[in-house]
Amino acid sequence: MSLEIKVGLASCGLAAGARDVYTAIENYLHKEKIAADLKKTACIGMCFAEPIVEISSEKFAPIIYGRITPEEVPELIEKFLTGTPNTAKAIIAKDCEAEENDTYNSQTRIVLRNCGKIDPVSIDDYLKVDGYKALEKSLKNMNRTEIIDEIKESGLRGRGGAGFPTGLKWQFAYNENNKKKYIICNADEGDPGAFMDRSVLEGDPHSIIEGMIIGAYAIGADEGYIYCRAEYPMAIKHLRIAIEAAEEKNLLGENIHGTEFNFELHIKEGAGAFVCGEETALMASIEGERGMPRIRPPFPAQSGLWGKPTNINNVETFANIAWIILNGAASYAKYGTEKSKGTKVFALAGMIRNSGLIEVPMGMPIRDVIYKVGGGMKTERPFKAVQMGGPSGGCIPAKLLDTTIDYDSITKTGAIMGSGGMVVMDTSTCMVDIARFFLNFTQNESCGKCTFCRVGTKRMLEILTKITEGKGEMEDLEKLETLSKNIIKGSLCGLGQTAPNPVLTTLKYFRDEYVAHIVDKKCVAGVCKPLIKYEVIEDKCIGCTACARKCPTKAISGKVKEIHLIDQDACIKCGICFDVCKFDAISKS
Amino acid sequence: MANNNPAKNILYQKLQVVIDEKMELQNPLIEILHQAQEIFGYLPAEVQQFIADQMRIPVGSVYGTVTFYNFFSMEPRGKHVINVCTGTACYVKGASKLIQMIEEELSLNMGETTKDGQFTLTSVRCVGACSLAPIFTIGEEIFGQIDSRNKLKTILDKFNRYA
Ligand SMILES: Cc1cc2nc3c(=O)[nH]c(=O)nc-3n(C[C@H](O)[C@H](O)[C@H](O)COP(=O)(O)O)c2cc1C
Ligand code: FES
Repeated sequence: MSLEIKVGLASCGLAAGARDVYTAIENYLHKEKIAADLKKTACIGMCFAEPIVEISSEKFAPIIYGRITPEEVPELIEKFLTGTPNTAKAIIAKDCEAEENDTYNSQTRIVLRNCGKIDPVSIDDYLKVDGYKALEKSLKNMNRTEIIDEIKESGLRGRGGAGFPTGLKWQFAYNENNKKKYIICNADEGDPGAFMDRSVLEGDPHSIIEGMIIGAYAIGADEGYIYCRAEYPMAIKHLRIAIEAAEEKNLLGENIHGTEFNFELHIKEGAGAFVCGEETALMASIEGERGMPRIRPPFPAQSGLWGKPTNINNVETFANIAWIILNGAASYAKYGTEKSKGTKVFALAGMIRNSGLIEVPMGMPIRDVIYKVGGGMKTERPFKAVQMGGPSGGCIPAKLLDTTIDYDSITKTGAIMGSGGMVVMDTSTCMVDIARFFLNFTQNESCGKCTFCRVGTKRMLEILTKITEGKGEMEDLEKLETLSKNIIKGSLCGLGQTAPNPVLTTLKYFRDEYVAHIVDKKCVAGVCKPLIKYEVIEDKCIGCTACARKCPTKAISGKVKEIHLIDQDACIKCGICFDVCKFDAISKS
Repeated sequence: MANNNPAKNILYQKLQVVIDEKMELQNPLIEILHQAQEIFGYLPAEVQQFIADQMRIPVGSVYGTVTFYNFFSMEPRGKHVINVCTGTACYVKGASKLIQMIEEELSLNMGETTKDGQFTLTSVRCVGACSLAPIFTIGEEIFGQIDSRNKLKTILDKFNRYA
């Protein structure tokens, strides 16, 4: 019986300990002399259930197991071999019940078609799943304008955030009459809390490369760059291996498929600057400069990298291309809404049960994404908001959960679709604090070119900090609104133009929380330290001294078996006493 | 560059090789800085001066680039750099608490290095493993769901042991 075992070894798998599981399987197979094909794959999207192991054989359809520990490996394999698979730990399976069958089957996978299924560093694996067929079709059976028309018809819009129609963008670059053109893949994935691009880069690098080669051919570029953030070492490694393999097979290089078309592809590593995700800053960074945005127009299509016509798209945008070319624009446009076609990948994180990656057709209500596909909330605490669009986006409250996912509906809420990060928050998150968190982020990451972005965000951060410290005044709210307006107007690039969004949306939907901080000096979520008070509950305290011993500022007094007391002036609200007390005798208010 | 320290000279020779190799690229400053940081561990003023001289560009441009990007450091760092993720998902799931625990365990503040030069504590904007928040990395290793002091201690001990 031929056994095939796959282990997910993407960043998320490794963080959960998948390497040890892989080694345990390797050792067990060796020890028991079991002939099996043991493969490394990447992330299937069920990150919450890592480490993930898939087992299949001629007799049995694949069963995907979740949360596997090295100790469970022998039994798992043995039972599968004896024909009585252990289904208790199955998360996805065809022939039996499994925990996540429903959530998995409610997805439509185009971008993630190969993620977690193939070995990402094996070009042969990619070729087996029709890899590079779309390139062959493009080069042999289509002319350049036909390709662009196909992408236009598909309705694909850029997945990097702004949602600009991809076919039209390609048309602009095509129209330029210049011998030298560039194509760039934006793999800077700046939204902290989003990891769609990371997964595709690690899990299916060839699909991005294929999309780029087709794009290059269509617009007439002979050189390309993938700008990948340095925080993703595995993505960079997989891309390097993939590019080399494609070069060896003459899918990159000169006279591709025996045609006149040449294309050379490089990787450029970022160096940790959020603004470098903005396209003009990104190009400055590739040129070796500081990543400062430039004034548009001229747009990259006219004057981009080193002054040459350049087309720039996001990772996910490129990952859609080969599928569209092979299956046709109509198959793609079948999914989604009138103005937002196709599917979208979302990274679910925060207080949601199934945190991980999902891909669903555009037009699905947010409620279904969170409660059906995402499995609902992680704890008993109720839903409070979902953050979309990262530092440029906003917080969508419970009353707007029926908003459908498409570019225009999300924009109407004051948030933006962004690249697809969804951080779900429950009542343990303070909305003023989260606004402060994002302003702190943009303030740090502002490149400093525009005064309003540089100084304005700093002033906003100061005001927000003041409010979280209980020192705010009601007129601060107006100041925040005025500053927001001016920063939006007075900034050159999208970073500044969208920086106030997290504040504006929280002010709009959670104004009462701001007021509670200012007037009642209360933080309902219990997050803002200066507004929290720790006290000993006298009835419950048995005088064990555990808290007094751990208190870093020695703010707790009291002898053994006597009721303890917290000196409020010395207390730094670290919460250690609350954590160490075994008798729930510390109250937090 | 005049330097009497032979160990240091070897490092400068290494850097020289890198610069010679990369100079054929169009403005390779960022690549060279990446490599220089790998060789020296950080980018002190004299290394920046050396790069500027070799590339025949003003040292101001080198300094401007070094200070613009978060990845580059002008301070020496410990043997193991602990990068705690402070992205949104990790923040919502208790990154501040994780930082506090590390600070207490190692008796240092964010941005500092332990006295024995073993650990430096810094933050990063998201490593893309948000599902396993809160997270930190040491080198290229990622550690997820660090929500208890015991988990943290086991990991730190491991690195201390192979110091
Ligand atoms: C501050 C800022 C950060 C950005 N970060 C990213 C990013 O990380 N990834 C990305 O693909 N696009 C990012 N963008 C959008 C890009 O400027 C650009 O619109 C996008 O790469 C175009 O690709 P698309 O048409 O395929 O969406 C960012 C924009 C701004 C203003
Ligand atoms: S937010 Fe921490 S890994 Fe993404």
